[in-house]
Amino acid sequence: MNNSLFVNTIRFILLVLVQVLVFNQLNFFGFINPMVYILFLYWYPVKENRAAFIGLSFVLGLAIDFFSDSMALHAASTVTIAYIRPAIMRFVFGVNIEFQSFRLGNSTKAQQITFLALLIVVHHMVFFSLEIFSVANILLILKKVLTIGLATLILCLLFTSLFSVKKE
Amino acid sequence: MQSHSYHQSSFFNSSSWLTGNIYGASSSITSYFGLKDENRKLVSENKRLHKLLFNSKATDTVQLDSAQLQYIVTNGKVINNNYAKIRNYITINKGKRDSVKLDMGVITTHGILGIVQNVSGGYATVQSILNEKSNINAKIKNTDHFGSLIWNAERYDVVQLTDVPRLVKLTVGDTVVTGGRSSIFPENIPIGTIQKFGLDTSNSYYTIDLKLFNDMTNIKNVYIVQNKDREEIIALEQATENEQ
Repeated sequence: MNNSLFVNTIRFILLVLVQVLVFNQLNFFGFINPMVYILFLYWYPVKENRAAFIGLSFVLGLAIDFFSDSMALHAASTVTIAYIRPAIMRFVFGVNIEFQSFRLGNSTKAQQITFLALLIVVHHMVFFSLEIFSVANILLILKKVLTIGLATLILCLLFTSLFSVKKE
Repeated sequence: MQSHSYHQSSFFNSSSWLTGNIYGASSSITSYFGLKDENRKLVSENKRLHKLLFNSKATDTVQLDSAQLQYIVTNGKVINNNYAKIRNYITINKGKRDSVKLDMGVITTHGILGIVQNVSGGYATVQSILNEKSNINAKIKNTDHFGSLIWNAERYDVVQLTDVPRLVKLTVGDTVVTGGRSSIFPENIPIGTIQKFGLDTSNSYYTIDLKLFNDMTNIKNVYIVQNKDREEIIALEQATENEQ
């Protein structure tokens, strides 16, 4: 438990710093800034207090908002995926998550990627709908969700293979 | 012309102490990589200003006291720059302690950049012209036909000028500068050149695409301009409005 708290704190701080100092400045093709901090919600232990998890996600989003002058866009979208994460997990992993022995590292690669992709798509949909906030620009929203979502997914997959969670 | 939105939160922004310091530390490392380029830009600006100075015909021998000057200019450095979002803000390393205040204009060597939106002790955030909420008075150079400078959030090197009446003769390549109706920017700060123009839906006003002089992706040194008459102008305008 203590170890998990320590790991998550370090992860939180590092992800915020990497996001705001590296990925927010990337501007690939002029507009692609992947949001790798979503990995925090991907990596967060399954069997933890749900309220604490949602609260922590809110703080994470707000921390990113502080740096990127986006009011509370990141906070809103991060809380959304934190809230529906159990539903996504049940959809992706089935009854497996009910078992005490369930570990993210034990599931198949396809399941992990689906889980991550669903988190990213929902997060980006909420984020860009709120940021652009106009139905007339639905194409712009979809374009951003698709391109930036793809970039986020690729980078997150790289990060997950770089920092394997098998030990937890 | 009010370009500043007071509905924006004044607390959750990147000019705060913690975020400002982190961006400042990061910028102090990365800024070394652009020194050569920045130096070249500053020298070419110095050259241009020297040319103006040596060739000025003015024989005004009365030295103006600095208290009489209408505009005061401070310099600053960009520590965080955004241009890929819908509402872009830029963080600079000057704040209250350097007498930077709300609604001061920010310009670069090449042209207009934005308006100060939030100020903390040592840092300030600037609402970039690449912000859908930005609305700045601008005019066609050497005329008095003015319009509003806005951004449609599509390209970071193109902004839009609207509300220019149809009767104005426009040519592709015309220069657009800031207008004199703004109490934020001095007149004739360059903005960009006309790339293409067309009539808007009402068929009586132009919507003009402007190619910016500034490369918004590569900004380091900025100048913060304070108009000392701004309070007076605003007080007067408000008094007039209240009488009606």
